[in-house]
Amino acid sequence: MEAIAALGRGTLGTVQILGRSALFILYVLYSAFIPPYRFSKVIKEIEFIGAKSFLIILVTSLFTGMVLALQGYYTLSKFGAEGVLGSAVALSIIRELGPVLCALMVTGRAGSAITAEIGIMKITDQVPALEMMAVEPIKFIISPKVIAALISLPILTAFFDLVGIFGGFLVGVLMLGVNEGSFFGEMIRATEFADIYGGLIKSLAFGFLISWIACFIGYNAKATTEGVSSATTNAVVVTSLSILVIDYVITSVLL
Amino acid sequence: MIRVESLNNKFGHITTANDVSCHFEEKKVTVLLGGSGSGKSTLLKQMVGLGRPDSGSIMFDGRDITKLARKELYELRKKMGMLFQGSALFNSLNIYENIAFPLREHTNLSDSVIKTIIKIKLEMVGLRGVENMMPSQLSGGMTKRVGLARAIVLDPKVVFYDEPTSGLDPIASGVIDKLIVDLNKKLGVTSIVVSHDIDSAFRIADKLIILFYGNLIAEGTPEEIKNSPDPKVRQFITGSPDGPIPFTLTDKDFIEDILID
Ligand SMILES: Nc1ncnc2c1ncn2[C@@H]1O[C@H](COP(=O)(O)OP(=O)(O)OP(=O)(O)O)[C@@H](O)[C@H]1O
Ligand SMILES: [Mg+2]
Repeated sequence: MEAIAALGRGTLGTVQILGRSALFILYVLYSAFIPPYRFSKVIKEIEFIGAKSFLIILVTSLFTGMVLALQGYYTLSKFGAEGVLGSAVALSIIRELGPVLCALMVTGRAGSAITAEIGIMKITDQVPALEMMAVEPIKFIISPKVIAALISLPILTAFFDLVGIFGGFLVGVLMLGVNEGSFFGEMIRATEFADIYGGLIKSLAFGFLISWIACFIGYNAKATTEGVSSATTNAVVVTSLSILVIDYVITSVLL
Repeated sequence: MIRVESLNNKFGHITTANDVSCHFEEKKVTVLLGGSGSGKSTLLKQMVGLGRPDSGSIMFDGRDITKLARKELYELRKKMGMLFQGSALFNSLNIYENIAFPLREHTNLSDSVIKTIIKIKLEMVGLRGVENMMPSQLSGGMTKRVGLARAIVLDPKVVFYDEPTSGLDPIASGVIDKLIVDLNKKLGVTSIVVSHDIDSAFRIADKLIILFYGNLIAEGTPEEIKNSPDPKVRQFITGSPDGPIPFTLTDKDFIEDILID
């Protein structure tokens, strides 16, 4: 009996949080469309979420492409199909690894920082100070971050794809000696617009997810130092798991 | 101007307001005194609608702050300034942009006018020259004064000060005390000051309110408070450790508490 009651409470609690976070993000998006528009804030946030992630994405994507080529070559050569290595690398990256790894890296670098920043603004009364100066905190702090993430993630993902394919080329063609013509020829023949489109949809969804979860958890963190530090950890865990789940959902819908 | 009526508020088992009723008069300096943790900051925030009390009302010019919609609150707040206990400066903006913030949000003043206003306000708090520094580079007392400059930058009709002089040396405290009085006397700014500095409170107050763990224990002019026969008030203004006000929160006997645990 106790156990069932506890389960019920847990479920109710989860449903309540989901509901509140949905209202939260609706309000964030709604505020973004109401003037005054905060373009300079959005640019600043793009710099933080996007521009400052380039190096980390560069390294991640380069090595991902390189290891894919290495593994792919090993597998494909068993069937004597090294020629299609280019398309194997490109499709794995564009359809799957680009958007997902990119999103996971941005979660670790920027998502956690967003949660911490908002939490600290709460502890130090900066959020009430905004309200006191008759400035809506959600519109001022949160909306620009969500917009910036929606702009940044597709660009970062495109960059990831490009560098990843280059990494595959380095290992596949220059190191393992796959014919350059068939590497790129197969790649271009096999990659369809739908693959690129699917990757774009994913990156948009992940950008939305990262900023939504990081902001919601930060904004609702307990206004204590422990509150903020546990919120930061939670944000990273919840976002990472959500990315993997949503990735499966989107893939199954698009296929 | 502001009338608090039968206000009750609790955080868990901590009572920050227990049936508190008091009145803050227009164009007067009212100082809210009380021990640490007695609910002063909470009351101050609730008076401007940052957080709602459990029950009771806070009438501001005849409108109940605790029941106003966000839009109406924002309209009212444009006439208010608040110095937060921790200054609450935006740590991503430098001092200049911090003070300029309300001007940029709510006026169409040109950059050169804004620059002049900021110079004037910084001079008022004795800090001209720190414009390009970041809040993290200033001392606690300096951020407090920047917070004060920001609170008064729109020339509000009502200013709420949460411990404006804590962490300041006697000279800087004197300057801030004088500033509060000047704003009040020369511009008619209604001032509500939270403090636990008794001397400064007696210097600047038209009226004093003493709060203790959520209970209002005295309300009156400095003269009335000074001559109050109430032992709780006497203990508070003399800062004596012995008296009707216990130093600790629990009723448990100290010796027993130590021996039994
Ligand atoms: N948001 C909150 N949630 C839970 N408890 C709170 C909250 N805000 C304040 N408290 C508690 O309420 C009590 C009163 O806090 P408040 O900050 O109003 O005291 P204060 O009189 O301003 O004290 P001080 O002089 O030290 O600043 C404290 O015990 C504090 O822990
Ligand atoms: Mg306080």
